[in-house]
Amino acid sequence: MESCPTVKSILLLDSEGKRVAVKYYTDDWSTHSAKLAFEKSVFTKTQKTNARNEAEIVMFDGYIVVYKFIQDLHFFLIGGDDENELILAAVLQGFFDAVGLLLRNNVDKKSALENLDLILLCLDEIVDRGIILETEGSVIAGKVATSGLDSAGSLTEQTISQALATAREHLARSLLK
Amino acid sequence: MAEPLVKKDDDRDDEADYSPFMGIEKGAVLQEARVFNDPQLDARRCSQVITKLLYLLNQGETFTKIEATEVFFAVTKLFQSKDTGLRRMVYLMIKELSPSADEVIIVTSSLMKDMNSKTDMYRANAIRVLCRITDGTLLTQIERYLKQAIVDKNPVVASAALVSGIHLLQTNPEIVKRWSNEVQEAVQSRAALVQFHALALLHQIRQNDRLAVSKLVTSLTRGSVRSPLAQCLLIRYTSQVIRESSVNTQTGERPFLDFLESCLRHKAEMVILEAARAITELSGVTSRELTPAITVLQLFLSSSKPVLRFAAVRTLNKVAMTHPLAVTNCNIDMESLISDQNRSIATLAITTLLKTGNESSVDRLMKQITNFMSDIADEFKIVVVEAIRSLCLKFPLKYRSLMNFLSSILREEGGFEYKKAIVDSIVILIKDIPEAKEGGLFHLCEFIEDCEFTYLSTQILHFLGNEGPKTSDPSKYIRYIYNRVILENATIRASAVSTLAKFGALIDSLKPRIFVLLRRCLYDSDDEVRDRATLYLNMLGGDGLVGETDKDVKEFLFGSLDVPLVNLETSLRNYEASEEPFDISTVPKEVKSQPHAEKKAPGKKPSGLGAPSSGPTSAGDAFEKLLSAIPEFSGFGKLFKSSAPVELTEAETEYAVNVVKHIYDGHVVFQYNCTNTIPEQLLENVTVFVDASEAEEFSEVASKPLKTLPYDSPGQSFVAFEKPEGVPAVGKFSNLLKFIVKEVDPSMGEADEEGVEDEYQLEDFEVVSADYMLKVGVSNFKHAWDNMGADCERVDEYGLGVRESLAEAVSAVINILGMQACEGTDVVPSNARSHTSLLSGVFIGNVKVLARISFGIDGPKQVAMKLAVRSEDQAVSDAIHEIVASG
Repeated sequence: MESCPTVKSILLLDSEGKRVAVKYYTDDWSTHSAKLAFEKSVFTKTQKTNARNEAEIVMFDGYIVVYKFIQDLHFFLIGGDDENELILAAVLQGFFDAVGLLLRNNVDKKSALENLDLILLCLDEIVDRGIILETEGSVIAGKVATSGLDSAGSLTEQTISQALATAREHLARSLLK
Repeated sequence: MAEPLVKKDDDRDDEADYSPFMGIEKGAVLQEARVFNDPQLDARRCSQVITKLLYLLNQGETFTKIEATEVFFAVTKLFQSKDTGLRRMVYLMIKELSPSADEVIIVTSSLMKDMNSKTDMYRANAIRVLCRITDGTLLTQIERYLKQAIVDKNPVVASAALVSGIHLLQTNPEIVKRWSNEVQEAVQSRAALVQFHALALLHQIRQNDRLAVSKLVTSLTRGSVRSPLAQCLLIRYTSQVIRESSVNTQTGERPFLDFLESCLRHKAEMVILEAARAITELSGVTSRELTPAITVLQLFLSSSKPVLRFAAVRTLNKVAMTHPLAVTNCNIDMESLISDQNRSIATLAITTLLKTGNESSVDRLMKQITNFMSDIADEFKIVVVEAIRSLCLKFPLKYRSLMNFLSSILREEGGFEYKKAIVDSIVILIKDIPEAKEGGLFHLCEFIEDCEFTYLSTQILHFLGNEGPKTSDPSKYIRYIYNRVILENATIRASAVSTLAKFGALIDSLKPRIFVLLRRCLYDSDDEVRDRATLYLNMLGGDGLVGETDKDVKEFLFGSLDVPLVNLETSLRNYEASEEPFDISTVPKEVKSQPHAEKKAPGKKPSGLGAPSSGPTSAGDAFEKLLSAIPEFSGFGKLFKSSAPVELTEAETEYAVNVVKHIYDGHVVFQYNCTNTIPEQLLENVTVFVDASEAEEFSEVASKPLKTLPYDSPGQSFVAFEKPEGVPAVGKFSNLLKFIVKEVDPSMGEADEEGVEDEYQLEDFEVVSADYMLKVGVSNFKHAWDNMGADCERVDEYGLGVRESLAEAVSAVINILGMQACEGTDVVPSNARSHTSLLSGVFIGNVKVLARISFGIDGPKQVAMKLAVRSEDQAVSDAIHEIVASG
């Protein structure tokens, strides 16, 4: 446990278990079919649970999976079984919140695919090859938004300022603590 | 929440329609990528194409080498565009493509320009991309910028450089280690995540320097670490320091414990959990140290967040394995978790409760678990069954409710592994708790009435045959067993027939009725079932013939097979159908350790008969055949044991010789396996001259020379000695190889007419007591020990002097005796201060020997042992003691 907390994989699947966007940070699943098989078992093991209000957790095959569902999207974050569950949950929440901000709370498969560039940038800002970069959803969204994709019409000026305002608020709060 | 479901059901086709990637195809997208080469770049269009490419990669599509190179070169053109959004996508794409070294050069300058850009976002991303794709040579060029970036005032840039440093440390440690000053500065950063990344990198740079890590921890635990993530890291490093220093400070306060305890009051839950876990995992943690950690974990148990409840119950479950009492305070909270929506949490709660529960709470617990069992997966159920089994062994008085529980879940649906776990548990409980026997057997009988697993049915029938006749009313089981004969498949019918015979053999009053049932089985459609029925009818005297003696029958039905199954299998394979019936007594009883034989085999040319190719199990057979074919040795009687080959020459010498010691009742035969490794020589008339002056009880009676020994074709020479009958005579033998050498012309392959006499000194070897001992294991040592009785027991104590470790002493004694360790008692747990080994074997003269040895070790590694030997012959028991006394 001397090592840095690491994320093994982040999965964003739809309500049938199909990929929207996935990221693997280790060689635990070396082939494409191994990845698909893992996604399938993650999906089926969590399918019947209600992870819509609070993030849920399951442990199998030596992995901890924390997950959260919204509409027809299933968010998963996978770590090793000796990992601090709350750290993993914090990263998941950051991803979840950031996607919510970026998609202007209209979070479903359709808009996720329409804004896949934002989702991919978002993943890129959360974890770098397994190492956690940022856990605060508003900060992540802010970083993605400053890339100025507004020209593509994905974000209105208002959402960016909203995101920044939330970020500022969070910062203030964390300083007050 | 219901909305998306409705949508999905109503217009399923539409849903597919509004995927922007509908009908996407790799070839077409690669065509589209040509827009990257347009002189007038359309940033938005380019972004869309990159997104499509990334989508394809994300779905598992792969690009060929050529395709990837083409896309890469096209993408590099996009650095011309000033559009920030497009630039982000370009960065992503380059990382996904992971270009080769010669391709990297193309983008290096663009990325280095971005690294020095005024836009923070460009700087941070360019660093991450460049460090990802770079190799060592380029790294020295950009090192200066990276050092600057680590202390950049923008946290995103600093983090990008630090995280890249963590990755680069794996490949280019010497470069990254040069940055430690900058990293140290970054540890003091006000930005939470910069501090986290800097701390992680600093620790990795210094991780092999214990003192430096200790200093780092000391200074940071006093200072203020801002980010919860960094605090978690610090806790991990602290427990590492505690682990390494606790050896030195055996007494007194544990260092840094107050720091860990203060972390339990941190505002971030992840830090509290990390600290609590660190405390519970301290080596040799005391219950006083545990208390504060348990208290915070207990609070987590009633949290509204599943992740928090899971983390707490998982930690407490681990603590319960070592400190069950410390966790009992949480039992009430834990019980409410049995009904938790999250089944992982519920299962962990139950197994924790089963570990910590006391006798009075068992009944209540069982009631709660019963409701819960129906809706969890088999893998969880097995965990619960195993926990219940150990609970039952802990509280034997509660067997009734636990047994009822097991039988009720046995009746429910479940897979093979689950059912097997339950059956195994019931069998163990029946064996350990006598009061549970009748009830347990009855539950098993009920189960086989409707059991879909052949393996479990036969296992239960076998068990029933052994235990059923010893109950107060054996007749009530007959119905269940005979039902199997009527209803089941051939395998189960056959074992049911055997079980019936066992009842018949033990209970005379049931015999007539058993005969009736067995006779019905004579008309079974399956050969095995008919054969068994005929055999048992004859044996038990059911056909009016005089049955065999009672003792023989019981021995046949209940005795364990005294030959290893592998040996029996090889012997049966080798047996050729002929007039002569197969004799089970010819099957070697020796348990050969497979790895031992395999270790010897490689590197050595075939060193004689029966050696490597035929495998270890059949070696005994082959030896016996070989020896009985030699007229000089045919009168020696039955071969008792053949030793493993003992090498008499160094490896890679001119002549390779090893010896196999064959022990007979009144003789020993040494089989010298010789190999000539010189192509230019042919050896003739090879004999071994044995000097037995240090083996007084032996006298040479015969010698069988080897006629010729050509190059690389092994042969055997034999020497036989007479020794006093049945006595384990020992002695040392020195050997000299004598032969006639003839020169061979390797090209022609013809030997000279004339030869020269020569000799070759071989190493000495000994015949030791262990050579007179066959390794024959018994399956149930206690049973065998009790059966043997104390008539010929001899007990004595010995001091073994100073030994390296207890394990070393145990294996030395086992080797001297040459006996088979039973029930895995040859393995000594590490740090054990005492150990008991159970050994069994057959001594020359076919005398069964059992030994129970208790070892003890004290501070200055003085080992003492108490040896208790039981055998069928007092003289043999004494002889075993002799071996130890002289060894």
